[in-house]
Amino acid sequence: MTRIPDPTINAVLPLELDNVSYDVGASRIIDGLSTVIGPGSRTIILGANGAGKSVMLRLCHGLIRPTAGAVRWHGADSGQAQRHQAMVFQRPVLLRRSAAANIAYALSLRGVRGAERRRRTAEALEWAGLTALAARPARVLSGGEQQRLALARTWALRPEVLFLDEPSASLDPAATHAIESAIAAIVTDGTKIIMTTHDLGQARRLADDILFLHDGQLIEHAAADTFFAGPQRPEAHAFLDGRLWINPATEN
Amino acid sequence: MADIYEAFLAAFRLILSFDRDLAEIILLSLKVSGIAVLLAALIGLPLGGAVALFRFPGRGALTILLNGLMGLPPVVVGLLVYLILSRAGPLGVLNLLFTPTAMIIAQCVLVTPIVAALSRQVIEDLWTDYEEQLRSLGVTPVRAIGTLIVDGRYSLLTAVLAGFGRAIAEVGAVMIVGGNIDHVTRVMTTAISLETMKGNLSIALGLGIILILLSLSINSAVYVIKDVSQRRLG
Amino acid sequence: MLRLTAFFAVALLAAAIALGAALAFAGTRFIVLASTTSTDNSGLFKHILPLFTAQTGIEVRVVARGTGQALQMGRDGDADVLLVHDTAAELKFVDEGYGVERRPVMYNDFIIVGPNDDPVAIAGSHDVVAALKQIANARATFISRGDDSGTNRAERRFWDSAGVDVDTASGTWYLEAGAGMGTTLNVAAAENSHTMSDRGTWLGFENRRDLAILVEGDLLLFNQYGVILIDPVRHPHVKKADGRALIAWLTSPEGQQEITSFRIGGEQLFFPNYDAQ
Repeated sequence: MTRIPDPTINAVLPLELDNVSYDVGASRIIDGLSTVIGPGSRTIILGANGAGKSVMLRLCHGLIRPTAGAVRWHGADSGQAQRHQAMVFQRPVLLRRSAAANIAYALSLRGVRGAERRRRTAEALEWAGLTALAARPARVLSGGEQQRLALARTWALRPEVLFLDEPSASLDPAATHAIESAIAAIVTDGTKIIMTTHDLGQARRLADDILFLHDGQLIEHAAADTFFAGPQRPEAHAFLDGRLWINPATEN
Repeated sequence: MADIYEAFLAAFRLILSFDRDLAEIILLSLKVSGIAVLLAALIGLPLGGAVALFRFPGRGALTILLNGLMGLPPVVVGLLVYLILSRAGPLGVLNLLFTPTAMIIAQCVLVTPIVAALSRQVIEDLWTDYEEQLRSLGVTPVRAIGTLIVDGRYSLLTAVLAGFGRAIAEVGAVMIVGGNIDHVTRVMTTAISLETMKGNLSIALGLGIILILLSLSINSAVYVIKDVSQRRLG
Repeated sequence: MLRLTAFFAVALLAAAIALGAALAFAGTRFIVLASTTSTDNSGLFKHILPLFTAQTGIEVRVVARGTGQALQMGRDGDADVLLVHDTAAELKFVDEGYGVERRPVMYNDFIIVGPNDDPVAIAGSHDVVAALKQIANARATFISRGDDSGTNRAERRFWDSAGVDVDTASGTWYLEAGAGMGTTLNVAAAENSHTMSDRGTWLGFENRRDLAILVEGDLLLFNQYGVILIDPVRHPHVKKADGRALIAWLTSPEGQQEITSFRIGGEQLFFPNYDAQ
């Protein structure tokens, strides 16, 4: 009996952010952000460093709570929203165990045991091309292999939504390519991707949907083609042109 | 200087002669301190983890208390346990005074704060690295304690070894609750104390050298096991 | 998870073993004898008790403390039998209802030891009070046990007889170690000073350095031992049958002979003096 759901059913999506703000002390990191993210493959949150992308991702995933406003899931099983999501971080966090044990751990959290757990673990390792490294301590794998393992771990859980926070920012081009292929494969299996990146090239390669952040505010939310063809706002324009945009109003 | 040289000779002679009394004393020391530390780990590791991971009123005070109790004087612990286990005390009916069990209890009381305080720090540090990912996976704080204990096993092992070091080396607690009874509750440290009192300084120092060697052997064994395990499992 | 469970299982097993060991100890037939460190350190018990155990099958577990502590253990009921050497305190103990069937068992003696070059000129004296007075007058360093033991109490009685106020002098020439006989002798040896010891501990003491016996043989220095059964009415758990067996044996001709036969370097330490009348 498997308790891992089929991600093509909208158990939790769409995700609504309703005037969400997030403060740390006196600084406002996210400011009055409202948007709806629906099913549809790959949403990319784009912006310069410090725009608030990572914070927004964590607000969506529920790792932090907004200081104002609300984050709401509107799907059928939104009460169990946590179970239908997963997240991969810029630096993979793996347990001091073998690669296989890391996947098995995540599966056991979902109540999968025994033979089925072994099967799904092997399946996930194979999917990520890590079968040869199954018994190796996860910590001795290379950066790229560790990130693939982290991805395999989430794939084994078949989440409806997968959050990724700059997943290839620390990786070389070859590893980055492997990660992007894995992401494509996950999408094919029906998982919704919500990903942050500051890498324009990656955004162009992957995005169906762009959320552009600047200074904690949502500047534009558009389909990727539309956005890259001609962004509406000057901040977005500057970003695409590779220029730094500093708000003239705050310049003293 | 001559005394120290004599001491090494005495130690050598004792070891080589496979002195039966010595073997008995060493075995009892290992049994008492070993079991005490095992129990202290059983209590202290989850306790340290709970204090590290849960938020509750008085958490800061409890942390300070645990840290402070690392400095509990063994003789004071011995006295307290003695008063409790004495026939005139609340648990006198258990008839545990002057038995190895009383010694185990006293040493467990002594060592648990050490294990708890050190493991609290280790687990707290691990949690700062692991928190986001574990919470993302849906790990509850209770489950997280177990996961972090297993993941921090090498650092926590050192904490447990610190506790063992304390236990095997102390004399105040076991002397008072055990009574240093020949063949029943005499351990290395109380034997050393006795020989010192009798003026047999060379023998006392010799026993001391053996005790240090014992501690080094145990730590070497643990180190090797740890090393092998680390290479196999990371 | 499996590893964690395994760990818990091992730990539980260890705890079970500990409990089992404790219970196993409980199965042995034994009594607890509270006595003094000087008596135990002399080696007397190691010599005479095995014979008792061989004959009766009763193990005697000796807990050696100072006389004061031994009497307190008796009051608390943590021992079955007492063997101490402070007759006044013993009689009071029985009077107050804590002990019964007190019998005198044996006596040993105290000695004054000090630097072998005899700076205060007391060597060879058989008058302990006069010797102590001389030590006080010369303000020669004296190490006292200072632990309210039988030895210590006897020592204090001598100073009283000599008219010396040692409490005021404490910390100057009169130093209180607050320790057992062996430790006190260690201090005296290191400081090359005078102290009062029981002969038994002295004979077994190997760290003498420049100390030697200076005063002995005064009748006042003779030290009477008494054995007492803890009152089984007040403490019903006391093993009265086995305790009585020990007392009977210690005061039997055979037990008394065993005490006589205990020697260190050929010298007899304890002199049995139980009079059946």
